[in-house]
Amino acid sequence: MRSFWTRFLGNRAGVIAGAYVLALILVMLVVGLVPGPDPNAITPEVMRAPSIEHPLGTDELGRDVLISIAHGIKVSLSVGFAAALGATAIGILVGSMAGFFGGAIDLIFMRVSEIFQVVPSFILAAVIVALSGPGLLQVVVVISLLAWPQVARLMRGEVMRVKQLEFVDAVRCLGVRETAILTGEVIPNALAPSVAAGTLVVAQAILLEAALSFFGLSSVDIVSWGRMLNSGQRFLFNAWWLSVFPGAAIFLTVLAFNLLGDALGSALNPRTPSGK
Amino acid sequence: MSGNILELTDLTFSYTSRGRTVRALDAVSLFVAAGEAVGLVGESGSGKSTLARVALGLTPAQFARIEAGQIQIDGRDATHYSEDDWSRMRGNPVAIVFQDPLSYLNPVMRVGQQIAESIVRHTPELAVAPRVRELLELVKLPAVCATSYPHELSGGMRQRVLLAIAIACRPKLLIADEPTTALDVTTQAEILGLLAELRRRLDMAMLLISHDLGIVAQACERIYVMYAGRIVEWGSTSAVFETPAHPYARGLLHAANADRDSEGRFVTIPGDPPGVGVAPIGCPFALRCAHAMSDCTKQMPPAVLLDQASGHTVRCWLHRSDGAGGPQG
Amino acid sequence: MTPALLDIVDVSKTFRRTRTEVVQAVRSVSLTISAGETVALIGESGSGKSTLGRMALGLLKPDSGRVLVEGRSLYDLSGADLRSARVAMQPVFQDATAALNPRRTAREHLLQALAVRGAATEDQAAALLESVGLQPGSEYLNRFPHELSGGQRQRLTVARALAPQPRLIIADEPLSGADVSIRGQILNLLLDIKRERGIAYLLITHDISVARAFSDRVAIMRRGEIVEMGPARLVLTQPEHEYTRHLLAAVPALPATRSSIARPGHRCAPGLAR
Repeated sequence: MRSFWTRFLGNRAGVIAGAYVLALILVMLVVGLVPGPDPNAITPEVMRAPSIEHPLGTDELGRDVLISIAHGIKVSLSVGFAAALGATAIGILVGSMAGFFGGAIDLIFMRVSEIFQVVPSFILAAVIVALSGPGLLQVVVVISLLAWPQVARLMRGEVMRVKQLEFVDAVRCLGVRETAILTGEVIPNALAPSVAAGTLVVAQAILLEAALSFFGLSSVDIVSWGRMLNSGQRFLFNAWWLSVFPGAAIFLTVLAFNLLGDALGSALNPRTPSGK
Repeated sequence: MSGNILELTDLTFSYTSRGRTVRALDAVSLFVAAGEAVGLVGESGSGKSTLARVALGLTPAQFARIEAGQIQIDGRDATHYSEDDWSRMRGNPVAIVFQDPLSYLNPVMRVGQQIAESIVRHTPELAVAPRVRELLELVKLPAVCATSYPHELSGGMRQRVLLAIAIACRPKLLIADEPTTALDVTTQAEILGLLAELRRRLDMAMLLISHDLGIVAQACERIYVMYAGRIVEWGSTSAVFETPAHPYARGLLHAANADRDSEGRFVTIPGDPPGVGVAPIGCPFALRCAHAMSDCTKQMPPAVLLDQASGHTVRCWLHRSDGAGGPQG
Repeated sequence: MTPALLDIVDVSKTFRRTRTEVVQAVRSVSLTISAGETVALIGESGSGKSTLGRMALGLLKPDSGRVLVEGRSLYDLSGADLRSARVAMQPVFQDATAALNPRRTAREHLLQALAVRGAATEDQAAALLESVGLQPGSEYLNRFPHELSGGQRQRLTVARALAPQPRLIIADEPLSGADVSIRGQILNLLLDIKRERGIAYLLITHDISVARAFSDRVAIMRRGEIVEMGPARLVLTQPEHEYTRHLLAAVPALPATRSSIARPGHRCAPGLAR
């Protein structure tokens, strides 16, 4: 455990990214708990460029961009985490069984995962939304279904590597049953790359949610960075701040999760040298 | 200007890893004269592989430093060579083969092509194809092997290919770092036989580095025994094997011979081999030595010549130059 | 008549490398090990010795033939019977690092192995560690495999093998990964175990000197078959089969150590005898 932190803290990019994410969570909590300006409050100060009272400007209904972005964190992070959790859970389950048992199970599971990989993400999203209406839950489901194959693939590979190690045989010689071996010995040692991949799914999810919002396929009544981009695109040339700032928020957050996932992956790998 | 192809004098070499500085070689002195076969024996952490790499400048410049001492190759001072200088040195006069041929051969290039690379680089005036055939014949490989990929050949054959690449440059000295460790004992015997023959035909010196005392005994005229980055005993093979002076060398030989004591237990060296870079004061073997004395932990013992004829020398406080503790029959 | 401890009867195993190529790893091999015996299985790479070892441990089902553990056919058992048969034989592997779960402490490894025989206590685990030379046992309980040296890791795997009180230890190249200077320590450990507990050994190795030092009987294996088998002393000094002779001739000989230079009054090792 100690060595994990040493390795992680030695990765400067990862640490900065981690700090950024923590800051985001902090802002989200503050905004959620402390009563403050309502992001949906319509004011007469319409289409103001960034100024002292409105550091990031206001939109066509007079809503403050900074406040809106702060409130948008909740959607992005919750969708991101929920989707990542879903994808990782499914991926680990499928991947470990495919990798451990091999044979027909491997074949079936991998072909199924390929089906999900081949489906164009947007078509799937559009179909699901068309069937059940727009909403955050639908978005989470769509992303989970799209992202689990990549986690499964990683997990399968790692499980196939670990199951050949001698300590697995040694435990077999103690008479332990195969399923107990899978859950007790193999999976814990095969998790690392999949966990790191899961972090990357957060980034993917945030992007996808933004894209869906942009096309109006996500929930309309909540504040979301994607929805802000959607509304702001009309005014791209006369009110650049309505697109640039939400866009920057998406970009920075996705970048942060990518770097975090990278750092996590290296830190979980005991062979990475600590410190630079 | 002696006739030595390789001469290391009081070489101290260290490198930085994970923020720590590790002294891999400490005041190491060693030489290989033209045409002779010299063995370097040591276990993990001894620094023997590092020595092989330092002798050819194969260490990464940013992390590694020669702190003191000198490297002389074929009479020239190579201590401060740049990468370009080393590049010209490698292959001729000094070539090197390593332990695991599969890692050192390009998996997507045919073997004949890889040998050809070496020829083109060092002897560009020669016609390539006949020279490749000649080299394959020298290492006793059938000529058809030239069109094979490394994974299509057995371990022994791959090692022969590495040898062919090495001798293509007509080196005066071949450094072989654990050349047979990954091979079966019967293949090992063949490769050792081949090395002896190559040495004879090409008048080539050899520095054979290994943890296996048996192959060093068979192939080398002189040997050096290394422990924790220092050379603790050296001399002719017969002298060192028949009358080992350093307790570590004695322990190694007991282990290699599977000697047992009166209770039927195997004679061993207690403790573990030193971790890389542990730099104790005094003799590094003191912790494991049955004969450790107070001086052993204070200062590294000086070299004491035990026998002029065989050049048998030891660095151990049990043997002092003033004669106290001289050789016993 | 009590059945032999391990009876391998006419066992074969073929592997499919590609759709057309097959490798006959083991061909109709029979081998018997009696209680308390040490048998060395000597072979080079590709001889099939490791495959045979895995089949003997119950890890790989043979294509034909049977593996009998104390009279019972190992691959026909299930449930509690299978478990008790399995537990009678324990492995010691070559790579001690791969043989230990990197996420479990020494304590967890040993408790898991002890639990096979019923109650498992920390005192038992500590005692096991001390019996393999890791003293004091309590200090090593909390260590993870990467916190131990190579020799200590190998000792831990031996302790784990002893925990279920096996009657046979199948050791696949137990010394190959170890440095020369600690090989003797591990050999002594195995020797002590043999003497004190009367455990039988199947020692799989390519190193003839190890086999010579440690076994009652040897079997020489080549390309899936046993070409010669008999008392160790006999086979290794007067080999009958050509391959055995070839193998023995290939081992480099060390010049005999006549004497060790020592200080006046010093003896190089207590009661050294050959």
